[in-house]
Amino acid sequence: MGDLVVLAISSIFINNIVLAQYLGNCPFLGTSKKMETAIGMGMAVIFVMVLAGIITWITNTYFLQKLGLEYLRTVAFILVIASLVQFVEMFLKKIIPALYAGLGIFLPLITTNCAVMGVCLILVNEEYNFMQALVASFSYAVGFAVALILFAGVRERILIARVPRPLQDTSIALVTAGILSLTFFAFKGMV
Amino acid sequence: MAKTLTQDFVKGLWDEVPPFRLVLGLCPVLAVTKAVENGIGMGVATTFVLVCSNVLVATLRKVIPSKVRIASYIVIIATFVTIAELLMQAYTYPLFKKLGIFIPLIVVNCVILGRAEAFASKNGIFRSLLDGLGMGIGFTLSLMALAAVRELLGAGTLTFWEKPIQIMGPSFQPFSFMVEAPGAFVVLGLMLCMMNLVGKK
Repeated sequence: MGDLVVLAISSIFINNIVLAQYLGNCPFLGTSKKMETAIGMGMAVIFVMVLAGIITWITNTYFLQKLGLEYLRTVAFILVIASLVQFVEMFLKKIIPALYAGLGIFLPLITTNCAVMGVCLILVNEEYNFMQALVASFSYAVGFAVALILFAGVRERILIARVPRPLQDTSIALVTAGILSLTFFAFKGMV
Repeated sequence: MAKTLTQDFVKGLWDEVPPFRLVLGLCPVLAVTKAVENGIGMGVATTFVLVCSNVLVATLRKVIPSKVRIASYIVIIATFVTIAELLMQAYTYPLFKKLGIFIPLIVVNCVILGRAEAFASKNGIFRSLLDGLGMGIGFTLSLMALAAVRELLGAGTLTFWEKPIQIMGPSFQPFSFMVEAPGAFVVLGLMLCMMNLVGKK
């Protein structure tokens, strides 16, 4: 149990998926202009990443490894993730329309979110067992949401600040992300 | 005609150079640029996938029904990524180890899907080939430029192939912030700022 707590904390803070592992940067920069969209995207990622992590883990352990087809992993994972996202989208539209209205536009974007695919590959490469895979995928997703929401808060302030012209928009956002990443760097000594 | 062909090729080198102008496919850009060597490896692998998938998408553009086109593109791209992955594992194993999970992650590099959707699905085979090649070379050059800055300041060396070349003198104190995650964001942000300064459009 203690191991799982350590795993959770290190996946959220120390190995933060965006700020320390450089994954999922496109949605990180793309959806952080407004707090509402940041929260929507964060929730959608938590939802899909946990599902995708578990399903690809099962696919890998019970199909690819059993059949000796590890070289098909990339193709299999991306197909699983793409169809999962499609399925989740249809499911939410029919069953929970309110949630669909909230997450709607972010769901298709998640297919090409490299954080989701990256976490699935990390779970397999680290050879986690089922519980560890579940905890790790959830905490990585929470780490993504935390980073995104913090970053959105900072960016809303930048909007009212006066930024030199060549630095505007993406450029200042990247420098800010660098500083945010530096603060997360301080967690390194924690575990 | 010849002019448009050159344009297809050249626009990827400056006007629409992927990581800077389009701000797409940032993850590998930030992650692998600790050394120039990694940047070159990643750039070449991405170029290979980009050119092959562009050509195949352009060839099949009339066959693929538009409803399932994204899924088909992803399968095409994933196939070429697997080929690149296996080739790198066989011939450049140390580099394959260093790039780690970022090689399979070429699949979700938005530049490739973006070019397939925005260009190859509407244009002929040869033009798509040129577009892929231009974009790929632009991507590789930007990776190399970013990696050169980071490696020079962070370690005082430049690694073009396997052996690091010492550039800075012995009294140089490595600026290790640069080779870590925060340095990647800051350097990319500042390079973007410089491109805005130089090439105002």
